Amino acid sequence: MSVPIDTRRRTVVAGAAAAVAVGFPALIRAQSDLIRIGHLTPRTGFLGPLGEFAVQAADMAVAEINAAGGVNGRKIELLKEDSVNPQTASTKAERMIERDKVACIIGEISSASALTISQVAERTRTLFINTGANSDELRGKGCKKFMFHIESQNSMYVKTCGRSLMAQGLVKGKKWFSLTADYAFGHDLLRVAKRFMSGNGGDFAADKLVPTDTTDFSPLLLEIRNARPDLVISNLAGNQVTNFLKQYSEFGLAFPVAGFGFDTALAWAAGKGNFLGTWPVVWHHLIDTPATKAFVAEFSKRYGRPPENQAWGDYNAVKLTAQAMMETKSTDSLKLVEHFEKGAKFGLMKTRDGYFRKADHQMMHEMYTVQALPAAQVRNAWDIFSSSAPVPGAGESLEAIASTAEENECRMA
Amino acid sequence: MLFLQHLLNGLLAGAYYLLIALGLSLIFSLGGIVNLAHGAFYAIGAYLAVSIGHRLGFTAAVLVSPLIVGLFGVAIERLLFRRFYKADPALSLLLTFGLAMVAEQTLRMVFGAPPLSWSIPQELRGQVFIGDFVYPRYRLLLLAVAVACVAGLWYLLQRTPFGRVVRAGVQNPDMVGALGISLEPYMAAIAFLGIGLAGLAGVMLAPIFTIHPAMGAEIITSAFVVVVIGGLGSFWGVVLAALVVGLTKGVVTAAGYSQYSEAAIYLLMLLVLLVRPRGLFGDRIQRFE
Repeated sequence: MSVPIDTRRRTVVAGAAAAVAVGFPALIRAQSDLIRIGHLTPRTGFLGPLGEFAVQAADMAVAEINAAGGVNGRKIELLKEDSVNPQTASTKAERMIERDKVACIIGEISSASALTISQVAERTRTLFINTGANSDELRGKGCKKFMFHIESQNSMYVKTCGRSLMAQGLVKGKKWFSLTADYAFGHDLLRVAKRFMSGNGGDFAADKLVPTDTTDFSPLLLEIRNARPDLVISNLAGNQVTNFLKQYSEFGLAFPVAGFGFDTALAWAAGKGNFLGTWPVVWHHLIDTPATKAFVAEFSKRYGRPPENQAWGDYNAVKLTAQAMMETKSTDSLKLVEHFEKGAKFGLMKTRDGYFRKADHQMMHEMYTVQALPAAQVRNAWDIFSSSAPVPGAGESLEAIASTAEENECRMA
Repeated sequence: MLFLQHLLNGLLAGAYYLLIALGLSLIFSLGGIVNLAHGAFYAIGAYLAVSIGHRLGFTAAVLVSPLIVGLFGVAIERLLFRRFYKADPALSLLLTFGLAMVAEQTLRMVFGAPPLSWSIPQELRGQVFIGDFVYPRYRLLLLAVAVACVAGLWYLLQRTPFGRVVRAGVQNPDMVGALGISLEPYMAAIAFLGIGLAGLAGVMLAPIFTIHPAMGAEIITSAFVVVVIGGLGSFWGVVLAALVVGLTKGVVTAAGYSQYSEAAIYLLMLLVLLVRPRGLFGDRIQRFE
């Protein structure tokens, strides 16, 4: 019995040795030829649905860059991981940086995980581009020299949607009932929403924290019905938003609805007849620019559905990183940070170019509010809303909707 | 008045735990298998409802999907569960835990991670008003379905020869074997019923909950709490526990602490276990003593 096993083992060892001998030089050469980028984002859990768009878009960006000859003659290799939770996110970031020697880290959706990743990035002096975490704290108290944000901050979401709400007369002297996701993002958003509310003469009928795994909103809907607010505000996140919208229309409540946090995929999941209200968004697939149209066409061709805003974030983050590497002819994080801080401009598929604001590394760019279409006007599963013109308007500074230094101070080390 | 509404809503919410918890309890009582994959079958039920519903409509989805999920259950019972009835319970825990992960990832690979869209059909939309109390028609239908299932299952277990053998099998499988009755087909039938019920819950909740690959994990823990509070082998224990758990959530929410509603049911479980380690109506099951 032992003889054949032994022989087989020897064969395996010999085979492995041969493979190493042949494969090793190739591996070494490959390493110096490749620029590795780490991609971390939640792919499971209540933000997982958005993570899939992020991963697909990042893959697509890398494929396009490599097909066009790469960056400074080197191909990009994307290392992708599920960030799971703040602890795992920081462990994986550390491993990508220390072991895999990635040039930078791109991704994330959860504000809590983005914070832990940014701590690793800062310590190891590695560039981190946040593509989906919104909390103001990441741009204020938690801001970092090596962290940049292509995702808009909560202040930008609140001020963008707030303009629409003011125009609809839903702020001054009105009572809001808000539901808030009970974690870092929600708490931060509630703080920003309260500041906007009190600054513009509104009042809260109630604000309720909702655990992230809540599926049954019926008790909260009974509360809302009883409170008779002028406006129901969703500061919810991930699957919560879809659950809330489906059940809000199930209960047939008629109070206007708006939200300060939004992802298109969640509206698609709520579907025609359930999706309602006014919502701010960083980008959506119906924006009328050639770059958006090309991106939507290519993404739809590849993946069989249009991209949502999270796809926009990760696609553009990869693209602008590659662009910056070419402009600086370097993959060195410090050089890239300096380049960004000098106000390098990036095309973001919108009407105006964007740039990272030096003070807090927040991308300055246009945003939009979308308004749910009445069910009768909906023609397909994707085009279920109409869009505002870009906010801020053409004549305004892009910084008009961002937090001011007094609202959210960033002191970088 | 609002408090009363929360109480009622809480009781109604118990109905959905019930559909999941009854099957969980049956499979555990008869086979000694803690089916951590039970939530996965709930998710599969919801995804099937959408797939079938888009082609054949809502009614067909409600009728067909639970049957398909039930047949999945039979297949899993025949191929996997049956090897673990006499094994260390830790092994079947590992098996069903793995099964749950495989099912979730399979749903993610087949249907994608973003949630699917699925709504209440037009005819079932709308609300019922009773004085100041308003409730969606769909949830009342859900309640009716849950009550019908409980009644049907009770009849099957308490009033038919089938039920007598199952109940005897729960108490003493060796004695049932000694009497010349093979429990094998009964196990398969219980897997069909129990897992089919989880599928039915998925189908019924799909129009009002988010349909995503991990939806099974969301509901399974509450269902376990119901089973533990109710007590093993006790049909009415599980029914009562589902109502108590729903009610607890409702009361805590009514008091303005909806963020603690989840913690409250675990606290309830702890208290029940301290006073009655076998659960509210747990039978003394010989082979577990």
